[in-house]
Amino acid sequence: MTTTTEKKKSDFYQNLTTTEINVDSKDRALAEKVCEQAIIPTTKNEYWKYTRLTKLTKPKYIQQKEEIGDITSFVIDQDAFTLVFVNGFFNEDLSSKNKPSGVEFKILSEKEALPPLQATIEGALFTAINTKYLCDGVELVFKEKNQVKTPVQILHIIKGENTISNFRVLVKNERFSEGQLILGEFSEGGKTKLSNIVVDFKMEEQSKLHVDKIQFEDEETFHISTENIRQKKNSQFTINTITLNGALVRNNLNFEVKGENCESNLNGAYLLKGKQHVDNHTVVDHQVAHCNSNELYKGVIYDKGTAVFNGKVFVRQDAQKINAFQSNGNVLMSDYATVNSKPELEIYADDVKCSHGSTTGQLDEEAVFYLRTRGISEDSARELLIAAFIDEVLDMVQNENIRTFIDKIISARFHQNI
Amino acid sequence: MTQKKKIIEIKNLHASIDGKEILKGLTLTINAGEVHAIMGPNGAGKSTLASVLAGREEYEVTEGEVLFDGVNLLELSPEERAREGLFLAFQYPIEIPGVSNINFLRTALNEIREHKGETPISAKEFMALVREKSKIVELDAKLASRSVNEGFSGGEKKKNEIFQMAMLNPKLAILDETDSGLDIDALRIVANGVNKLRSDENAIMVITHYQRLLDYIVPDFVHVLYDGKIVKTGGKDLALELEEKGYDWIKHDLVNN
Repeated sequence: MTTTTEKKKSDFYQNLTTTEINVDSKDRALAEKVCEQAIIPTTKNEYWKYTRLTKLTKPKYIQQKEEIGDITSFVIDQDAFTLVFVNGFFNEDLSSKNKPSGVEFKILSEKEALPPLQATIEGALFTAINTKYLCDGVELVFKEKNQVKTPVQILHIIKGENTISNFRVLVKNERFSEGQLILGEFSEGGKTKLSNIVVDFKMEEQSKLHVDKIQFEDEETFHISTENIRQKKNSQFTINTITLNGALVRNNLNFEVKGENCESNLNGAYLLKGKQHVDNHTVVDHQVAHCNSNELYKGVIYDKGTAVFNGKVFVRQDAQKINAFQSNGNVLMSDYATVNSKPELEIYADDVKCSHGSTTGQLDEEAVFYLRTRGISEDSARELLIAAFIDEVLDMVQNENIRTFIDKIISARFHQNI
Repeated sequence: MTQKKKIIEIKNLHASIDGKEILKGLTLTINAGEVHAIMGPNGAGKSTLASVLAGREEYEVTEGEVLFDGVNLLELSPEERAREGLFLAFQYPIEIPGVSNINFLRTALNEIREHKGETPISAKEFMALVREKSKIVELDAKLASRSVNEGFSGGEKKKNEIFQMAMLNPKLAILDETDSGLDIDALRIVANGVNKLRSDENAIMVITHYQRLLDYIVPDFVHVLYDGKIVKTGGKDLALELEEKGYDWIKHDLVNN
């Protein structure tokens, strides 16, 4: 493999081995081209305006297989059907054996050919890297007319110095299928790691999927997620993105709503401390009429944390009768905490109901005082108020086991005084 | 007759905010079993007194001393004051969306119990207590479980303050203009609630502009606060006299003396 000498191009991915997985040939060609030509996006690029990639692109990453002994602390829902991936590679031993009926899965490296990605590769360096250097992943199919009550839980754990995991999940909800998916993103030791995850969701007619994504990686892990959701008519899709830890986390969430009468729900909660950086970039593209989308992102930022919210809603010319709501709220817990919040609406239809809003503030000190006059300590008062703020999002997580898992982490954070 | 237990002794209290002195040497002692009314014109320092006693940090105490059941009150944080048995019913109870009344009261009660070295209250006991105490102010049980004051009417907010007082069972309750914004029915309910909570063990400080509330919560003493000091003290008839003659009468008196 040749390495480029051009200065502006980074070589952070050049030590990687080209995948042997049968990715779509057009995707592969495009990915080769993007990796060859692309330079690292800088903050001059509007799409990366508030997120610097300098630190993330410094290490020379490698793909490597690692073993882990115990996944107990990563299990979000003990009643779910669990598939475990370490550094992007399937770990069969740690995964569940009794697959519920109505859902099928196949490890990508065992497939003869992968379908083309929904995600754009052109101009998207990290998706191109994920394609060219794909470690492995899984295809999940919720079968036609099946209501799968048992949640499917995909746990991804990254481990080992300078590890990159190019991990991919392909989810297909066939017509009239219904399912629940939990994505758990964790780490276990090792300096400067990069999780580069691409997830495609294909929602066929009248299908329904609820996704809870829990991000709890350590402060030595950079994370880039790209999720693409394509919805056909009468489908319902919900994703809750809960970011509880990490060094730099970037979530790209792209909805293409291509069928009428769809519902799209995207919610997010993020708790930042230290110098953490969490960037949620969402696009909801309403291409046809009679659809609803609801978006609520809320964050609490301590110390020198930086949060970015960029939410874009498109309503195309013929997409009448769209209801699209978008809201972002932030509480800053220190004088050094930063939020860059940019809700955007681009509407080309004339009979729609859309709203967006963004608030950033501090905890209400009057409320803190009120609670203290009832005998509640200052710390507990703040905890109560923060919980009340963030609960609006966490309440969207309907599965009790997941909620308990999240609450334990948050509560532990409070008791270390964050 | 044995001497009554002193609940609070305020001695020569001076307090200011943003460099402006509001309390200018206030002295007052309240014994167990007594109800004291503090009356006075706007700007006299009534609400400042309530704020300073509750521990609002914007106020600076420049001189004087407050002993609360023998403890130096001014050294304590607001939560420690509450745990020692001081309660402030707010003039403007704030709304706290997302924090349920029940949840926060249980946290409060348990922090108070922990402070006293007692074990936490069980869920069952707590709910029984909520049912019992919400009846005192005829507070709808549904409101008790809603977010603190969120969407409550003015009357409901004030009832909720007294409900909290009932739950926390303080040694001294300071009612800061609890009558403001109440219609006559709500006023009667709130006042009856307070009366049910009166005992030989506790004391109540009623801060009010108007004599009306004192028809229902009958005070043992009425003090007139004017320009940061107590300038006149009397029995319950003093309130009637004030209502009739207005505060100008006091001002006039002060000038002439």
